[in-house]
Amino acid sequence: METSICACKSEKFKQLERIIAVHKGRPGSLIPVMHEAQELFGYLPLDVQAAIAEGLDVPLADVYGVATFYSKFTLQPKGKYQINVCLGTACYVKGSQLILDKIAEMLNISVGETTADGIFSLDATRCIGACGMAPVMTINDQVYGQLTVESAEKVIQEYLLKTGRDVNVNI
Amino acid sequence: MLTFEKLEQIRQENSNLNQNGTRVVVGMATCGMAAGAKAVFDFLKQEIETRGLTGITLVPSGCIGTCSLEPIVDVYVPGQEKVTYIQVTPEKAQKIIEEHLINNRIVDEFAKKLEFSNQVRIALRNCGIINPEDINEYIARDGYQALAKVLREMTPQELIDEIKKSGLRGRGGAGFPTGTKWSFATSSSGQKYVCCNADEGDPGAYMDRSILEGDPHSVLEAMAIAGYAIGSNQGYIYVRAEYPVAVKRLEIAIKQARETGLLGENILGTGFSFDIELRLGAGAFVCGEETALMTSIEGKRGEPRPRPPFPAVKGLFGRPTILNNVETLANIPPIILNGADWFAGIGTERSKGTKVFALVGKVNNIGLIEVPMGTTLRTVIEKIGGGIAGGKKFKAAQTGGPSGGCIPAEHIDTPIEYETLIELGSMMGSGGMIVMDENNCMVDVARFFLEFTVDESCGKCAPCRIGTKRMLELLEKICNNEGEEGDIEALENLARTIKAGALCALGQTAPNPILSTLRYFREEYDAHIKDRRCPAGICQAFMHYVINQEKCTKCHICARNCPTKAIIGKPKEKHTIDDNLCIKCGLCVTKCPQKAIEKTHKN
Repeated sequence: METSICACKSEKFKQLERIIAVHKGRPGSLIPVMHEAQELFGYLPLDVQAAIAEGLDVPLADVYGVATFYSKFTLQPKGKYQINVCLGTACYVKGSQLILDKIAEMLNISVGETTADGIFSLDATRCIGACGMAPVMTINDQVYGQLTVESAEKVIQEYLLKTGRDVNVNI
Repeated sequence: MLTFEKLEQIRQENSNLNQNGTRVVVGMATCGMAAGAKAVFDFLKQEIETRGLTGITLVPSGCIGTCSLEPIVDVYVPGQEKVTYIQVTPEKAQKIIEEHLINNRIVDEFAKKLEFSNQVRIALRNCGIINPEDINEYIARDGYQALAKVLREMTPQELIDEIKKSGLRGRGGAGFPTGTKWSFATSSSGQKYVCCNADEGDPGAYMDRSILEGDPHSVLEAMAIAGYAIGSNQGYIYVRAEYPVAVKRLEIAIKQARETGLLGENILGTGFSFDIELRLGAGAFVCGEETALMTSIEGKRGEPRPRPPFPAVKGLFGRPTILNNVETLANIPPIILNGADWFAGIGTERSKGTKVFALVGKVNNIGLIEVPMGTTLRTVIEKIGGGIAGGKKFKAAQTGGPSGGCIPAEHIDTPIEYETLIELGSMMGSGGMIVMDENNCMVDVARFFLEFTVDESCGKCAPCRIGTKRMLELLEKICNNEGEEGDIEALENLARTIKAGALCALGQTAPNPILSTLRYFREEYDAHIKDRRCPAGICQAFMHYVINQEKCTKCHICARNCPTKAIIGKPKEKHTIDDNLCIKCGLCVTKCPQKAIEKTHKN
């Protein structure tokens, strides 16, 4: 575990204490606390899990067990832009796998990974319930619907330009 | 404190939603937002303000159900018929303001009369009509009147008898009679809980999201009614974290209901107390299973536990608990207000009322529909759905998500009921209906669902954890052109074992997508294994890319883009693709300006 914690991080740990204080003693408080902690830190590294365990007085093994059971919780930091391509049935039958493959190729990462500069992470997500707009993907809170491989490519290119990266255009 | 009289007063004061003049309603559910509804709403808001238009109320609403026509804007001018504008953009909105809102001239070119024939809207009664973030609009449409009625006029037993008489069955998939479920929890005393299952995990189903986003109070009211029936003062709604809009609207609704006095202590001065807490899921499909859901609310890994004891005896925190799905609950207030006989008069002998379906996939009119039980699949697909997109042939409808199966074209005239779907080897499920055409490979569909199940199996019991993995491996083998004689039999054998041995419904139903595709599309499995062909042309291993020499202009763009240098030939000479080097990425197809590269069957 890190020995020197930077100022911003220690401020976050103070906020975490306040979150724990709100929930402590209420039945089933572990998961709500973990949601808020992930919102705060962006992910759930071991020191955060340890602080939750200590604060709520539950074994660290339980916290780790919950963190690894649910796909929403992540032990690794995610990118600044989190790209989620829906692989629900409605999207899948309309070709969302091809879109996912295309984006992986463009960013040169595999599904579940984050780019080395920490800007993009790419995940396949469970159905987000926007099946009427299939195939869909989300980038942070923005939802993009009725995609094709070409239109998804365009969206990603815009983000690549926005973040000052080279756009890989072959022709 | 809110009294019966005050509630009635709120209802009357708000009963005319048009009382402040023209009402402009923008569909702002998740699918509307995906289509750009927020930009339209913001634009309308800004324009109404900057132009200083008065007598216009702009409200967000939930989803009316015609997803392919989003963003939708409804304009209600008092004394005139509602006008619906479809696929609205800020540019169109500008014209609507100038013409319709200012000069009262309908912009016919953007307007469309939405077709709801063959549909009956009970669970979706308020979706797309009221502002879900305003409790008064819900009250205006007889909201919380059912709660008032049961508190004032009915004993818990009378209430349960009424629900039993209505014939309402669980809309989450299993179809268990709701009244009977409630009655199981009445015998014991002490702390009890009412849970709402809003963990709508079936891919392709979004009716619960739509109800929560469009009419959250209907669920809160029904939970309070259920609390009164079994003698509980605490409810929990377990909602997916993947539904941020639904979560936000539920939070607002709970807050408003508390402030109004419709949740909390001593509701309507009757001494009945009931409150609701929200719990967010964290991305685990198994938590839609009732015992896993309760374990998750308790803050643990969402693993199911064996039944009995059933939740009605020993559920959340070890106390008697009833758990109902969102759509089931949304049906409760109208049943109370209109009577059990009214509800039982809709639908069929064994399945009463209506069912909401998310009609998606390869159909023209994609959207959320609510039809009386017993409506045929043909009516749903051809009349409401407008037939198959692109003039293709209907192949199968998939219902019940990863637990369900496919209904093939030959059974298109089957009336949709709980029992008929089970007889066909599928199930009602939560209501996702994914329509597939001739271009969908059924082996690939089975593989897709098994991949899902393997990923979502919680790992607690061996039949599900290991068995589904073995089934997936067999399916992958078949899809990769490596299938062998005996694979189908091995699949069938595994399927039977898993069905018999798995701990919870997730595992017990996991083989269904395989069994149902085998039942109706066995020849497709055979084609993959014996003829080395994927008839639908989906499984890549059976396909290859070829260059149509008549169309090819020998420009060499494909070869330059090919990541594996599989395209042989120099500029201005003949180009061919080396199958051994080709990884079938399809890049050349997208790059070829002449569209000369074609994907064809190897055999």
